[in-house]
Amino acid sequence: MVLALVVILGLELCRGAGLSLRVFGWRFLGLSHWNPVNNDFGPLPCIVGTFVSSLLGLAIALPLSLATAVYLTELAPGWARRPVITLIEMLASVPSVILGLWGMYVLLPWLAAGPYPVLKRCLGFLPFFQGPVGGGYCVLSAAIMIAIMIVPIITSISREVFRSIPDTQREAAFALGATRWEATRLAVVKSSTRGIFGAAMLGLGRALGETMAVTMVIGNTHGFSASLLAPGSTLASTIASEFDEAVGSLYPSVLYEMGLVLLLVTIVTNILARLLLGAVRGRQHA
Amino acid sequence: MISAVCFACALMVILPLALVLLRLVRMGASSIDWAFLTQLQKPEGEPGGGMANAIVGSLILMGLAALIGVPVGVLGGIYLSEYASNRLKWSVRFAADILNGTPSIVWGIVVYALVVVPMKGASAYAGGLALGLIMIPLVIRTTEEMLALVPNSYREAALALGVSKWKTIVFIVLKTAGKGIITGVLLACSRVAGETAPLLFTTSGNQFWSRRLSDPIASLPRQIYTFAIGPYDDQHRQAWAGALILILLVLSINIGVRIITREGSAKPVK
Repeated sequence: MVLALVVILGLELCRGAGLSLRVFGWRFLGLSHWNPVNNDFGPLPCIVGTFVSSLLGLAIALPLSLATAVYLTELAPGWARRPVITLIEMLASVPSVILGLWGMYVLLPWLAAGPYPVLKRCLGFLPFFQGPVGGGYCVLSAAIMIAIMIVPIITSISREVFRSIPDTQREAAFALGATRWEATRLAVVKSSTRGIFGAAMLGLGRALGETMAVTMVIGNTHGFSASLLAPGSTLASTIASEFDEAVGSLYPSVLYEMGLVLLLVTIVTNILARLLLGAVRGRQHA
Repeated sequence: MISAVCFACALMVILPLALVLLRLVRMGASSIDWAFLTQLQKPEGEPGGGMANAIVGSLILMGLAALIGVPVGVLGGIYLSEYASNRLKWSVRFAADILNGTPSIVWGIVVYALVVVPMKGASAYAGGLALGLIMIPLVIRTTEEMLALVPNSYREAALALGVSKWKTIVFIVLKTAGKGIITGVLLACSRVAGETAPLLFTTSGNQFWSRRLSDPIASLPRQIYTFAIGPYDDQHRQAWAGALILILLVLSINIGVRIITREGSAKPVK
């Protein structure tokens, strides 16, 4: 039965590849037109959108998660720890379609009414914040949803990383006269860089594959725009939106190939994460 | 000062959870009545109707997924922990981690190609398979970790008393790790209950009751998605109600698991 698992892995990769073989090679991944009627495909905007939304989501989530992890391991009083951890894990278990529903009808209207216009007024001179705000369906909203979804993972792994640092380090810092914050920064955060990267990579891997919440708030438009306030698309959201209607043989193949790209990117990210975190696990068992 | 900042961050992290739950209760609770739980969807645009088939469908799919995921996962985990050589252990763990990180929509299109196309139609089988495949690596990992927590002295003591290997595993190791394994299985079930992406193309949703497992079948997450992006306000209202039911299902499994593990975890008595 274990062999079944390995077989499944192989099967999945082969299947994904086999169906994309009908597509004309890898070059077209660099194109950016999207005209299914004319069989003219170019998923580059989707790929860019995937990375932009995921990296932006990571950028939003990482500081929050790290601060929370620091709070939970170093600063929180004992009675506060368990409830906060439980709540964060509850957030992790919320299905993404429910978060997407909430995002569509609660978060986005609020963002479109308040923060986004403010963002435009203050930072509108940057190309990142131009264009109409619309209903709030844009890459930035997707990044925010992604951030909400990956914060629990990053927080929990970071907590593990911080916990694996022996107390002697902290005590040494105190002994040298460091303040609470200095001790934390020097003893814990500084020596955890690798682990933090690993946590970030894991979060990124999750972010890249996030489908439902992103599909519901990103606007699903093909095409390039420098503005974060413009609608966009990601690999996953395009597959989710267009698979049902993909007629012919080229269209589905294109979507499969995008799925393959997504899979490979996720695999690489996860492998990197495991490599980075391997040291932490080793330290814990030592 | 810094601790205040960190505390604020922790609060910010919990804030979306609170907002989502509050909004779910506010928007959804009023719509859950007997009609909602027992009726099917009304045609587009007509107010009223319910999500009965979606709720039942989700349960059926979870059952199918568990049927596939639990035996393969638990048995695989047992094999991995008790029988496998180190190299095999490493490679299967690696493969499981990769599969665990696969986006669920990729599972959806793979199962579409493998099952839906040959069967010439979406079905509960396909959806259950997709969810089961997601469950397998999850359950294998948690089972293996739970089994690793059982001290070796137990196994050695049993072997020293002349108990055969499989009996050792079944009666001693499994009994000790049992609670943890069940926890892992339940958590995998709850994760799978909320998955939408794999179900999008493998079960195409069904406005009516599914009569056979080879029919398309409705499911709660998919129904929420369909209604949420629909143009009718009444559909949105029902989407909120469905979401409330879904999250109650997921949270009750999670909280239930937490309660089980708190009152006496699989900590062996020395």
